[in-house]
Amino acid sequence: MTDRDEIYAKVAELIAPFNKKGVELSEATTFAGDLEWDSLIVMDFVASVEDEFDILITMNMQAEIESVGQLVDAVDKLRQDG
Amino acid sequence: MTESVSTPYDPADETAVQPSQGRDLFSKFDALIAEREALLATGVRDPFGLVMEKVLSPTRAIVKGKEIILLGTYNYMGMTFDPDVVQAGKDALDEYGAGTTGSRVLNGTYQGHREVEDALKEFYGTEHAMVFSTGYQANLGLMSTIAGKEDYIVLDADSHASIYDGCALGNAQIVRFRHNSVEDLEKRLKRLPAEGGRLVVLEGVYSMLGDIAPLREMVEVSKRHGAMVVVDEAHGMGFFGEHGRGVFEEAGVSDQVDFVVGTFSKSVGTVGGFIVSNHPKFEVLRLVCRPYVFTASLPPSVVATAATSIRKLMHAGEKRRHLWENSRRLHKGLRDLGFDIATPEAQSAIIAILLPDQDTTVRLWQALLEAGVYVNMARPPATPAGMYLLRCSLCAEHSSEEVGQILAMFEAAGRATGYLS
Repeated sequence: MTDRDEIYAKVAELIAPFNKKGVELSEATTFAGDLEWDSLIVMDFVASVEDEFDILITMNMQAEIESVGQLVDAVDKLRQDG
Repeated sequence: MTESVSTPYDPADETAVQPSQGRDLFSKFDALIAEREALLATGVRDPFGLVMEKVLSPTRAIVKGKEIILLGTYNYMGMTFDPDVVQAGKDALDEYGAGTTGSRVLNGTYQGHREVEDALKEFYGTEHAMVFSTGYQANLGLMSTIAGKEDYIVLDADSHASIYDGCALGNAQIVRFRHNSVEDLEKRLKRLPAEGGRLVVLEGVYSMLGDIAPLREMVEVSKRHGAMVVVDEAHGMGFFGEHGRGVFEEAGVSDQVDFVVGTFSKSVGTVGGFIVSNHPKFEVLRLVCRPYVFTASLPPSVVATAATSIRKLMHAGEKRRHLWENSRRLHKGLRDLGFDIATPEAQSAIIAILLPDQDTTVRLWQALLEAGVYVNMARPPATPAGMYLLRCSLCAEHSSEEVGQILAMFEAAGRATGYLS
């Protein structure tokens, strides 16, 4: 597995407890549209991703992230920058 | 208005604007409109459409011809009808007129604006005080101006809307930590890049649940990581700490807090907002803070009532004591009746009752109003974690007998709605 695959697997694992409707995940799955998350769930989820990868995902960055694939890319980049 | 009347579109007219092919811009609110209509169709009164026909005192008003006890006003110190405060406002109306019609930086700073800033400096023991037209604007101004694109604002996830909106108005990088978690705050401070300034935003009392922040620990961690600290004391001013300055005073961190933000619309009993600070360059904010510059200043009567009220709050020890007694008694009384309260003990003058859903909350709210007491209803997205709440805020002017009556009304309303068995 590449680093990116590992990040995807970990992100999918972190999504699971918040995926109440059991939506099937892919890179294209969107948080607001497909998973129907509100801002409160987003806060909890983002905090768990930040703590898992020891990074900061600012609210400014969050505004640009709509899909699972975009989040994986962002985490990948933040880890390399860190 | 049920339908719009538009001029016919003439394709030959090059200056004409083609009729919009887009959807109605209001369609994004359809779900909310439907939810509200469904709720009101059940016959309940609109909890967000209450009108007070007369206000008799800080604790009494007339609604639909009936006298009720007010238990949701944030009028903690009961200053709204204080005779000295009211007289100061009348005198200022006579001497200075109804309004300033101008910005603080142009024609909108009168003697009264300087006097209320002097009163604040004395109340807080600070070098500087800056008065805004509302507390909302004070937060909007500070957050949007003090931190630039390269800087970081670290804030509690349950921060007030004015803090979030101030961040949205500015360009800083925004980082959130889990509500009241010192550990979560420190983790995020450790991850910040070395470059860029840091501002940690805290509130003394969080108004939805009435819980207080562990400010001693949070301020210590923030300072250790090189951050400036602002504490919003909107719901703490008047009755926390030796001088009534707020939770930060009680926590013993006055010398480490860089800015305190506050409001005149709660304990002070009128309207307006402020920032106090000892920072040597603080005064420059008057030139660069857009929510300070580009709006009209407070009317002379308002700043006169605020200055008088603030000076009286410096010597309000007896009122403070009674407010705390009321808060603790209501908290215990409600819990003994079987209500689920958000905090294990009365941490502030806000007592929040947790309820399972909107229907139960609105029915209980209405039963309370019919029994004779007004409380606030709060629902998502204003509340944390999707909670439905009935929030009570005590006033130093509630008599002990009134608190007893309020508890009896809660018992009656709880039984009438079947919430209490």
